[in-house]
Amino acid sequence: MSTFAKKLLIVCLDRDLTLPIYDVIIIGGGIVGTSIARELSRYKLNIAILEKEAEPAFGVSKSNSGIIHPGTQNPPSSLKGRLCVQGNILTRKIARELGVDLQETGELIVAFSEEEAGRLEAIKKNAVLLGVPGLKIVGRSWLKVNEPNLSPEAIAALYAPTAGIISPYRMVYALSENAAKNDVGIYTLTEVKQIQRPKAIFEVVTTKGMFQTKYLINAAGLFADRISQMAGIDDFKIMPRKGEEFLLDKKREHLSNHLLFPLPSATSKGILVIKTADGNPMIGPTAEDTDDNEDTATSDEGFKKVLLAARRMIPSISEADIIAYFAGLRPVAGDDFIIRHEDKVPGFINVAGIQSPGLTAAPAIALMVAGILKEQGLAFKKKLLFHGRRQKSVHLFALTFSKTSKLIKKDASYGDIVCRCEMVSAKEVKDAIRRGASTMDGIKFRTRAQAGRCHGSFCTTRIMKILAEEKNKALTAVTKKGSGSEIVKGETRS
Amino acid sequence: MIKRDLVIVGGGPAGMAAAISAHENGSKDILLLERDQYLGGILNQCIHTGFGLEYFKEVLTGPEYASRFIEKIKDIPNIEVSLKSFVVKLTTGKELTFLKPGCLTQVRAKAIIMATGCREKTREMVHIAGFRPAGIFSAGLAQKLINIEGLLPGKEVVIVGSGDIGLIMARRFRLEGASVKAVIEIKKTSRGLIRNVAQCIEDFDIPFYLSHKITKIYGKDRVEKVSVSRVDDAFNAILGSEFDIACDTVLISVGLIPENELLEMTRGASVPGLFVCGNSLKVYDVVDSVTKDSIEAGRVAAEYLKGL
Amino acid sequence: MIKKITCIECPKGCGLELDIENCHVIKVSGNKCPKGEKYAIAEIEDPVRILTSTVAAQGLSLKMVPVRTDKPIPKSRMREVMKEIKKLKISKPQLPGDIVLKNILGLNVDLIVTRNVC
Repeated sequence: MSTFAKKLLIVCLDRDLTLPIYDVIIIGGGIVGTSIARELSRYKLNIAILEKEAEPAFGVSKSNSGIIHPGTQNPPSSLKGRLCVQGNILTRKIARELGVDLQETGELIVAFSEEEAGRLEAIKKNAVLLGVPGLKIVGRSWLKVNEPNLSPEAIAALYAPTAGIISPYRMVYALSENAAKNDVGIYTLTEVKQIQRPKAIFEVVTTKGMFQTKYLINAAGLFADRISQMAGIDDFKIMPRKGEEFLLDKKREHLSNHLLFPLPSATSKGILVIKTADGNPMIGPTAEDTDDNEDTATSDEGFKKVLLAARRMIPSISEADIIAYFAGLRPVAGDDFIIRHEDKVPGFINVAGIQSPGLTAAPAIALMVAGILKEQGLAFKKKLLFHGRRQKSVHLFALTFSKTSKLIKKDASYGDIVCRCEMVSAKEVKDAIRRGASTMDGIKFRTRAQAGRCHGSFCTTRIMKILAEEKNKALTAVTKKGSGSEIVKGETRS
Repeated sequence: MIKRDLVIVGGGPAGMAAAISAHENGSKDILLLERDQYLGGILNQCIHTGFGLEYFKEVLTGPEYASRFIEKIKDIPNIEVSLKSFVVKLTTGKELTFLKPGCLTQVRAKAIIMATGCREKTREMVHIAGFRPAGIFSAGLAQKLINIEGLLPGKEVVIVGSGDIGLIMARRFRLEGASVKAVIEIKKTSRGLIRNVAQCIEDFDIPFYLSHKITKIYGKDRVEKVSVSRVDDAFNAILGSEFDIACDTVLISVGLIPENELLEMTRGASVPGLFVCGNSLKVYDVVDSVTKDSIEAGRVAAEYLKGL
Repeated sequence: MIKKITCIECPKGCGLELDIENCHVIKVSGNKCPKGEKYAIAEIEDPVRILTSTVAAQGLSLKMVPVRTDKPIPKSRMREVMKEIKKLKISKPQLPGDIVLKNILGLNVDLIVTRNVC
């Protein structure tokens, strides 16, 4: 044991000699970890999530495109394909239960030449094998009517009606809130440093002390290979694949009626025109391998590439429409997901390499992991009281004026607009904080305040003040995304 | 639905001047909507001098310039001021919907003056590559943090673009004890007024790089450094000219654009009785011109109402 | 000696050309108004600036009260005056023009409030 671990161990033991032993600990609070936690929270189990960042969804999930894929993009024999089709159905149900909006948009895989049009048949055939419903190859005249802004050079497309969109981070927050409501312990700023298994119990040493558990699930995204190594399994490597995405102004909400895909290449789905749950269209992502799993820098090349490819789909997209951009990293580990119990380390389950279609597949992954745990001897007894529903959070931008008016009469601060670009009220910001947001990014992801065209120029100070007040801390202690990212460096008169 | 003769959207210098002028030209039923809790708009955070030389023939600070109009409006009973009032919709039928704490109100106006000002261009609009840590501010946000909230955004600052607010903030940071490592301007000349280069940059010996641009921002949690390159006539980085500047803060000051999202809701329709003035019409260099322009808008709106 | 400076009296920002001998301005050209000449002479012989800043408020409607010197102060004394400003606190309502600090550092200049605070 390292001296650091020893020290921590001593601290823990000093503090609490009867450290609880969890049934299941999940490392990673992204879409995968929170989906598993929520699924397991139906049962009489003692569960915890360990998340190294300040809030859930701050890793891979925060830069997800938000597409609920129909299952047209993966081979029929793959785990990805099977879990995606299953997850597509499950996600709808969970989104309804947890009050997260899922919009049924459908997708078009667009062909620009006869050769490409020919390939649509093969894609359709594979998807039919997986059980994707409602597929249809459509021609120019259909496209002209149903997707009028699409380039006239598009000659045909594969239409998949079961594609949808959802806010990826709001889904994660809904899952983690609901899991917490069902007694899952969520520990943020808790980075795993070491894993031991002296007897049949795992000892997980973290920056917040030691945790003990019977079963350990690795859903650590970009860091899944390191966690697996700590547990003694060193047979895969996470190769981050960077994707740069560009968000357009909400004014261009009706740019397209469907999600638009080009024909896929070997490494990616290509550059898409995406509708998002917030209304802002998005273009991207690029796909570029990197060896740094914290490299989320955007580039000039990425910008040019995405704009060019997006304009091929919809020629009216202009550079001036772009209000934001970011880069995310896909946790790639070979061609397929790795979801398995590691027999060499009994009780340790790897859930790694969950890149696209991970968001869609997550609820199916959760069921699969529950099945593995059952096989490995964990007893599943249903709780008498499982809180399956979560009260939907309010987003003024999605409401009619008559509904908004009623809300303002109930609570005046719904009429106190904080973010002018995205129309977010003080009440929504406070709600986000009460539901768990502790950073400026956490508020942004939950409410969209600061995410609009002015990029927080007008609302940052107001949101900082609400956060400081609600959390009873100094303005100087407010951070963008956790310690080290304080917004300001001090006061001018102190 | 309430009914008013004239509704003015925006209580900054443009909206205030338009309201006073409409009153002086005979309008008797004016509603002035301001989204902030004070009148004055962005002038309140512009605590430096340089305002009013043309209109008042005096050198004033932003708050002083604003308060002359605020005091005047207080004395005009025909102007009703509604603060914390945020307009969310404008129709071609001259109906406005606005929210304020406690109520959603719909108002039908005979005439409307839009005086919604402008906003700063963002890093995203000039697409600077790199990371997105804490420590990247628009110059105006930094100005608000320092002058209104008494918070210091950073200690080692690099300013992108030489817009007036950026230049003014360079001096402000220096006076508050922070170091300004550089002002980086992609063009061959300053974007801001020459006097601001003299009194804000030269007075404080701040390195001013013309024909340069930031090629990348580094830092995972907080800004750590920027890469800077010289540019050619097409604004492309010149290979081999790159150097790094360590800093904890990047200020973006690359110009202003009219804020016209409400007006866009009318989809370019010609709406008789709908007027636009001040920086939401076009971005002016000095506030005195905004005032002049808005006085004219107030007069024209009053004339329009008389003709109905 | 010929020196070129920019006039900062108004937004026009005239480029001035000064003929200087023994630290005195003999001739000014390039100015579009008389202010330019006055500025040029002051800039070479005794450069001055109006200083604007903020004073912390206590228990008032604003957290920071904007202030300025009522007359220009020597450029060389700006740092010292800032130090004095940082020590101040305002705890009573003020109107634009109210004096916060009289005769700062004996410069015969007052620090005045520029915004209504209640």
